Amino acid sequence: MKASYFPGCSSSEGGAKAYGSSSQAVSKVLDTELVELEDWNCCGSTPYSSFDELTSLALSARNLALAKKKGKDLVTPCSSCYVMLNRTNAYLKQYPKVKAQVDEALAAGGLRYNGTVRVRHLLDVFVNDIGYDAITAKVKKNLAGLKVAAYYGCQVVRPKFGFDHPENPQSLDKLIESLGGEAVSFPLKSRCCGGSLVISEENIALDLSRKLLDSARSNGAECIATVCPLCQTNLDVYQSRVNKKFNTDFKIPILFFTQLMGIAFGLGEKELGFKTNIVSAGKVLAKYA
Amino acid sequence: MEQRKNFVEEISAIPGGEGIRLCIQCGTCTASCPNADKMEYTPSEIIALARAGYRHEVLSSHSMWYCLSCYLCTVRCPRGINPTELMHALESIATKEGLSPHHRTLTPAMYRSFTDFVYSLGSLPELGFMTWYYLLTNPLRGLRLMPVVLSLIRHGRLSVKARRLTPEGTKQLKAIVEKAEALGGAH
Repeated sequence: MKASYFPGCSSSEGGAKAYGSSSQAVSKVLDTELVELEDWNCCGSTPYSSFDELTSLALSARNLALAKKKGKDLVTPCSSCYVMLNRTNAYLKQYPKVKAQVDEALAAGGLRYNGTVRVRHLLDVFVNDIGYDAITAKVKKNLAGLKVAAYYGCQVVRPKFGFDHPENPQSLDKLIESLGGEAVSFPLKSRCCGGSLVISEENIALDLSRKLLDSARSNGAECIATVCPLCQTNLDVYQSRVNKKFNTDFKIPILFFTQLMGIAFGLGEKELGFKTNIVSAGKVLAKYA
Repeated sequence: MEQRKNFVEEISAIPGGEGIRLCIQCGTCTASCPNADKMEYTPSEIIALARAGYRHEVLSSHSMWYCLSCYLCTVRCPRGINPTELMHALESIATKEGLSPHHRTLTPAMYRSFTDFVYSLGSLPELGFMTWYYLLTNPLRGLRLMPVVLSLIRHGRLSVKARRLTPEGTKQLKAIVEKAEALGGAH
């Protein structure tokens, strides 16, 4: 299978590049080729839509117009890109006036878009197109005994563009089980990590992250698997800040779900980029490496 | 009366803002919001204030800038309102009018730094964005985060170089963005 691929800023050359490389590598094992959309631009994320709605929609629509020419689904591993691109599709359909303006803006760049590119999250493609059995069939090192908290965060399941329940999703839990691991009970699985407010209102974000880490640990998780670059950053990079602020001693590795799949598929450091994880996963994953 | 009507119309004209007319003040959004207790006015209060015409109070409050865009309110609202997008709509009006409460929340400045980079490069170089933001707001706070920055560098997570589009792509994006702004956007 071939799909157009939209890595997003973070997973291409940014802080989550291990997410990008592991997504590519794991997809290859599953006979799926992610062909990077040429010359894509930033989706605009929440900041741009809060700042200037029309421009945000126009720059997001440029990506959709480029993807349209390729005629395939547009797949992204980033929950924010997933929401922004889907939201653009939804708005163009729902608001004819906005569509007319976006069309005019796109035309200034020699592009047109009729709103038919399907935007998918990589997790959706893995569990619904490829399927759990096909994933299990590629497992070389069963993750038996590994206790994982499946963390969805917000935007992969909300608002409802979705392939899973907005408050009690199951797809990542089942994916972990299909690798042989154990998805522990994790009541906060779709609660917010603090998002981009970790930059502007750090105390608020750290408090939300602390609750997640606490819930994961008290349910026996040895690591947390995420499907979003920002969730990974907040829980991993800022874990030391949480410990400092709340006098806690969390040392929970935060893995991109594709890193976990990669370990089970027998892939190496080069593709999976574990050296970029701030809280080392070495000890937890030692018996599977 | 006139003022009240105008503000509701102004909000409704922004995609996602039109739901404001449907609110029944049940408080589900406030009960679901992870940050409701930090806000000057809770989400349901902001809606009530806006509908009562308190334009300045709403736009100069910091409530919407505490929205995490987690969309929990949106999936729970029994009236199908999208309070998350409603918050974004209020943010964009506040930004255009220069009413964002910069002295009480740093989120507007953070969003501004973000959009500046996306506007000029079409991508978001994290190091540049963070540096620019801390220079704009509080360089000392930036310094306090040095241990975090150093750990990012040590783990190879902080790229200095920004991803660039091709010259044609840059030109195309610029034409699209400039046209969108001419049609009613703002920068």
